[in-house]
Amino acid sequence: MNHSLTILTLVPLFGGIVVAGLGGERKNLVRGLSLFFSLISLTGALCLWTHFNGASGELQFVEKFDWVPTLGIQYFLGLDGLGLLMVMLTAIVVPLSILVSWSMNDRTHVYNALILWLQAGLFGTFTALNFIHWFMFWELGLIPAFFLVKLWGGPNRGPAATQFFIYTMVGSVALLLSFLAIWLATKTSTQPGCFDFIELKNLAHSGELTTKLQAAFGWQHIGLIIFFGAFLGFAVKVPMAPFHTWLPAAYSEAPSPVTMLLTGVMSKMGVYGFLRILLPIFPEQIRQVLTPLIWLSVATIILSACAAFAQRDLKRMIAYSSVNHLGYCLLAMFAAVGAATSVNQPEIQKAAALDGVLLQMFNHGLTASALFLFVALIEKRSAGLRGLDDFGGLRKVVPVFTGLMGIALFSSLGLPGLNGFVGEFLIFKGVFPLAPWAAAVSTVGLLVTAIFLLTLIQRVFCGPLNERWLHMPDLTTAERFLVLPSIALMFILGVWPQLILGTIDATVVKLVQQLTF
Amino acid sequence: MLAWTIYISFLGVLVLMLLPRDAARAARIVALSTAVLGCAVAFVGAIQLQLPATGEAVAITQTPWIPSIGASYYLAADGISLVLVILTGLAAVAGILFSWNIEKRTKEFFAFYLALIGGVYGVFLSFDLLLLFVFYELTIIPKYFLIARWGSTRKEYGAMKLALYSFVGSHLVLIGLIAAWVVARSQLGHPSLDLIELSKVVFPAAFQHWVFPLVFVGFAILAGMWPFHTWAPTGHVAAPTAGSMLLAGVVMKLGAYGCLRVAMVLFPEGAREWQWVIAALAVTGIIYGAGVALVQRDFKFVIGYSSVSHMGFVLLGLATLNTIGLDGAVLQMFSHGIIAGLLFGVVGRMVYDRTHTRDFNDLERMNVGKLLPFAGVTFVIAGVASMGLPGFSGFVAEFQVLMGAWQVFPKLTILSGVGIIVGVAYTLRAIQKGFYSDIPPTAQDGHEEHPMEPISVPERAGAVLLIAASLVIGLFPTLLMNWIEPCLRSPLFARLLNGGAQ
Repeated sequence: MNHSLTILTLVPLFGGIVVAGLGGERKNLVRGLSLFFSLISLTGALCLWTHFNGASGELQFVEKFDWVPTLGIQYFLGLDGLGLLMVMLTAIVVPLSILVSWSMNDRTHVYNALILWLQAGLFGTFTALNFIHWFMFWELGLIPAFFLVKLWGGPNRGPAATQFFIYTMVGSVALLLSFLAIWLATKTSTQPGCFDFIELKNLAHSGELTTKLQAAFGWQHIGLIIFFGAFLGFAVKVPMAPFHTWLPAAYSEAPSPVTMLLTGVMSKMGVYGFLRILLPIFPEQIRQVLTPLIWLSVATIILSACAAFAQRDLKRMIAYSSVNHLGYCLLAMFAAVGAATSVNQPEIQKAAALDGVLLQMFNHGLTASALFLFVALIEKRSAGLRGLDDFGGLRKVVPVFTGLMGIALFSSLGLPGLNGFVGEFLIFKGVFPLAPWAAAVSTVGLLVTAIFLLTLIQRVFCGPLNERWLHMPDLTTAERFLVLPSIALMFILGVWPQLILGTIDATVVKLVQQLTF
Repeated sequence: MLAWTIYISFLGVLVLMLLPRDAARAARIVALSTAVLGCAVAFVGAIQLQLPATGEAVAITQTPWIPSIGASYYLAADGISLVLVILTGLAAVAGILFSWNIEKRTKEFFAFYLALIGGVYGVFLSFDLLLLFVFYELTIIPKYFLIARWGSTRKEYGAMKLALYSFVGSHLVLIGLIAAWVVARSQLGHPSLDLIELSKVVFPAAFQHWVFPLVFVGFAILAGMWPFHTWAPTGHVAAPTAGSMLLAGVVMKLGAYGCLRVAMVLFPEGAREWQWVIAALAVTGIIYGAGVALVQRDFKFVIGYSSVSHMGFVLLGLATLNTIGLDGAVLQMFSHGIIAGLLFGVVGRMVYDRTHTRDFNDLERMNVGKLLPFAGVTFVIAGVASMGLPGFSGFVAEFQVLMGAWQVFPKLTILSGVGIIVGVAYTLRAIQKGFYSDIPPTAQDGHEEHPMEPISVPERAGAVLLIAASLVIGLFPTLLMNWIEPCLRSPLFARLLNGGAQ
């Protein structure tokens, strides 16, 4: 049997243990080894990519064993296009983050070990397909993230880390209780209940799940309550308004390399959860509350764009823009669940919207982490200053930096030719016919995004030069190589989105079938 | 073979008493080897026992003791006993490793300690009510002296409170058991105290209605059931480290074990009638304990109240009266025993013995996380295990309790979810304030950072032992569930579970 996914998850887990065991003295060895382990993971992920059969929407590299048979818990790993995309994203962002934190001198071994464990948690989350097995990794990712913010963050790290942790935990507990209820409802006198995402998906598709829940609890609206529990878990993680208030504090207090991971991959855990769990298992319930959900997504898009516009701190600004970008994903996902009876060929529109969601997830991960990487590089030069008004006219002293960060900013803005465009274009192409009004209103978000990103460029890079930064050094060769992969990928995916679409198409088609009933 | 766990512990007490007065080192070694031997016997005995697939108890010894009242020296074990015997073995070894630095009357300390352990083994293996009761009472004396002599912070008060609560509890139990004995004798036609025989007696419903709460509450006092929990935080705080480890780790389990083994098995009708009350009290305890832990200034009180909260899950699991809930309750007994022991070990031994303070306001300025990295990391691991992070034993236990509870009391289950969240909050607060605070030392502290004595080898060994136990059970819960589940399907529990919800 193929154990590639287990090995993929174990490499960073084991690497973290090795790195933590080296102690705090041999800092360069620690850095080198953690980079080595993250590169092994990247190689592994690339191997999976090349061996993955994109034409099939089925799960591949499946591993399935009984774990606790009496409770229906299995060790169940598998990968489809969605999972593969997320594994790739994780594998790309983590080495970058380790490289950016090369100058971290405080408890280097613990820091790097936590990053590797976080990576293990993410790999596990994106590959596990049995609720308990998946939940283990979902939570495992949280602990390193908490400590990375708590121990290496900015001045207000304590409250920020706690808020982040408690919010996420509230969501997780609600999620856990929901799934325990589902387990009970699917339990029969001879068989244990069901934790298997795939089986639950099939049950939901045939409409049996809701009936079973109603029968088990004798309550007509139990399905909705269970749905809200699970919804809370993911909505906090993405985050979706009004559950997003933990995010700006956590993102801006975390050290920038950690923010790269938080926004680049951890926020995708939430969207992934929606796609893998919420949409397939609760399509009926989502349809019942579709209108409020769609408008909440629209509110997420517009409010976060406006909030970003009001920020004076680069990190907080990019943090809010992350909420904005993932808001498009939420909008598209909910629009794709709707019945859409009045639309011509709804399957095609839904597929376009969901294709857009997957692309947007990957692209946002790439772009947002690159942006935070640039912020980290600015902070290194400005001794920690990162206010919007602290700079000015930087293009004269650091032209290469300006050019490259400009590319990342335009990618985030959705300029055609760069990666950000394709995802947003597909999302709007799909959502316009499915939910015209919501789509129309959320274009306001696009406009505001353009305004604040251009403001950022103007305030930081253009205008009269702030004398203080007269001697700011431009990017060193090493730093250029550091940002090169992200920038190159932005161009490649901008002109050749088929690279990703080819892998995810079959998965999306299957997901759309699931949502049509 | 399992019976030797009891005998070895008491033999250890004897050997310790024969040692010269000042042979501290010898006393430690004798105590440790006794505990390790006991633990090894527990493991080997448990594996050799070969429980039948039907889950019935396997007799170890049975000889008449006081035939006129039907008492016999009857030791036996089923899956539930085995789980708790193993727990006792592990907790005993870890407790001794964490009290390696006791210098004051070392041999007496360990003599009391081993006597307590012997009594606990005895309770878990007794299938005769009188014998069980004798062992149960036997544990009160050593724990009183352990606290009163070697404790700290209001130790006499804590010790007395614990002893009085325990005595009140056991008297309630005694009254109930005598009543049950009388009723059973008229039904059976001969006096009997055999638990298995008595479990077949159908007590009249009206009788069960008042006897069940008496016996259940009597035992539940020791399990820390709200509102009879107040001995627990004070007792835990006053006790020496090993004492708190045993109190939280195994003594509270004696109470929960008694509730399940005696009160619920003998009076299933009563259990069903009072199910709601127990569940409500359990959930109150979960939330109340967590809430109070959230606002403590004394580090040990946080852990003390967290025990009340976690034992609430055991009681909630018992109240569900279904297989999953009971399975979860027994696992939670094991898991809490391990994790609470570890938490008390870190706070009492690793931190308090070095900083001489447990006040968060002082600890916040000491930066303990940097001075004692091992203690910090151990506490973090123990803390996340105690929050119920998947991968550790607390998770498998609590989620089964919650599953069972969903089935019977959905609303209370959602409430207990609130308790879990508060649990996360107080654990985080303790981690932050106790170890990783950002407050720099103020001027009046005088900037004197005493170099602290490094964490010793016995401490490390004890911590690793407990963490490993929690992880192994968290990842492979089937190891224990394969013992517990058949046992719950045995005839002993048939009336309790089959009449209940589903």
